[in-house]
Amino acid sequence: MRINNDEREILEILEKDARLTASDISKMIGKSEEAVQAMVKKLEEAKVLVHYTALVDWSKVDDDQRVTAMIDVKVTPKRGVGFHETAERIYRFKEVSSVYLMSGAYDLSVTVEGKSMNEIARFVSEKLSVLEEVVSTTTHFQLKKYKHDGRIFEEKQIDNRIVVSP
Amino acid sequence: MLGTKSYIAKSVESMQPSGIRKFFDLAAGMEGVISLGVGEPDFVTSWSAREAAILSLERGLTSYTANAGLLELREEVSGYMNNRFHVSYQPKEEIILTVGASQALDLALRAILDPGDEVVIVEPCFVSYAPLVELAGGKSVTVETTSDQQFKLQAAALEQAITSKTKALLLCSPNNPTGAQLDKKDLEEIAVIVKKYDLLVIADEIYAELAYDIPHTSIASLEGMRERTILINGFSKGFAMTGWRLGFICAPSELAAAMLKIHQYAMMCASTPAQYAALEALKTGMKDVEEMKKDYRRRRNYIVQSFNDMGLDCHTPGGAFYVFPSIRSTGLTSEQFAEELLKEQKVAVVPGSVFGNSGEGFIRCSYASSMEQLQEAVKRINCFINNR
Repeated sequence: MRINNDEREILEILEKDARLTASDISKMIGKSEEAVQAMVKKLEEAKVLVHYTALVDWSKVDDDQRVTAMIDVKVTPKRGVGFHETAERIYRFKEVSSVYLMSGAYDLSVTVEGKSMNEIARFVSEKLSVLEEVVSTTTHFQLKKYKHDGRIFEEKQIDNRIVVSP
Repeated sequence: MLGTKSYIAKSVESMQPSGIRKFFDLAAGMEGVISLGVGEPDFVTSWSAREAAILSLERGLTSYTANAGLLELREEVSGYMNNRFHVSYQPKEEIILTVGASQALDLALRAILDPGDEVVIVEPCFVSYAPLVELAGGKSVTVETTSDQQFKLQAAALEQAITSKTKALLLCSPNNPTGAQLDKKDLEEIAVIVKKYDLLVIADEIYAELAYDIPHTSIASLEGMRERTILINGFSKGFAMTGWRLGFICAPSELAAAMLKIHQYAMMCASTPAQYAALEALKTGMKDVEEMKKDYRRRRNYIVQSFNDMGLDCHTPGGAFYVFPSIRSTGLTSEQFAEELLKEQKVAVVPGSVFGNSGEGFIRCSYASSMEQLQEAVKRINCFINNR
């Protein structure tokens, strides 16, 4: 899809902070509020703007034991459909939060979230490994999140600048 | 114990403290202040530049550099100035690294002024221009600019200020505090007058990197101007490196040699770790500069529109990170406005009057703050206006 400069601006602005309103954005790019709303709608319909979410640090929430694993999956591609069909069979599981086709030593990088390590182990052995096209899996559990989507989790934003300066 | 005799030099005693000081004292003690009074980026220096400085310390690179600065950095500066602003300076004889652009200004003025020489300064302007001229033994002559002209220096006004004693024009574009940017045509008109009266230009282009709509034009890039320009730039604003204190001067070799003479006695050289950080910033940091610029541009648009929406006339400045809205419609002086706004709504701005008489009726607001802070500030200022 071809987009114009204003649309690109809107995407970049929303990617940094999806809570900004059409009114804010209209001031930031010098277009009317209606024009911004129309562009956002168009980008949403084209699935360029896919979804708006919040970045949550669940590790700070008491009694939340959720675990995340990244699984390297080797796959035998199928004639005619390549990796797509296998990717589709994997991403339809709701515990799968992302699936990427990769270059290099393996084919699909699959991120899985579960309530416990056991739950993920069961998913890998009962759902993933048994797929006919899957040759092998290597599961890596995440131990701690330092930075995600360009945001540093523990960093405190302290403004050290003096309040008024020339 | 000192007696009744004052040991302070008369030139210093008669010097007025900066009007900014008062607002600093007022705001500094308050909790929950949103400051639009800050004259530096809200971004932190890029990690690659910070890491380069750390690495230089680990390697023990802690000695003096050459007086003019690391040759490798001067070479990089030379290439950068050529690429970005189409001006060409020899790294060995025409570039000096200084302790911020502030020291560069001081060097330039001290190198050229004899007692009584006049320097034309264009108000509203940075608070240190007139005091620095006077410390160097010169006399500052003010040309005022107006909001009708978007605070751009008019060639005719410049010509009127010139006397037989005028030696130089001190020009800042993009400008602090107004954000005004002189385009090529504006500069060409000024250059005609400068040449006609055989003046020098001290071009403070510290905000050159922060030009949002049209690229910055350096007056030194105009025909016949290189030989009569002392070009000042640095890393503080564009590369978010204010605390490192690193600026530079580009000037023809004869002028550069004169300034280097003062620099070697008064300063020796700029900070060595800062120079290594700057070297990295020039080599790999342009991407970060572009990112910051994009953010500044959006914030500028947002705040200009917001001020106009609340009935405070505000033109769209071409560069720097300041807007300079008029507060005349409130009936307050700029100092009253800033003081009451701070007390009632805890938003710090700088009264335009501290930048010269022509700044009266305006306030300087920096948009080097996050969008969230700007949104909150706009809300509070709106409240302040509506409560009157």
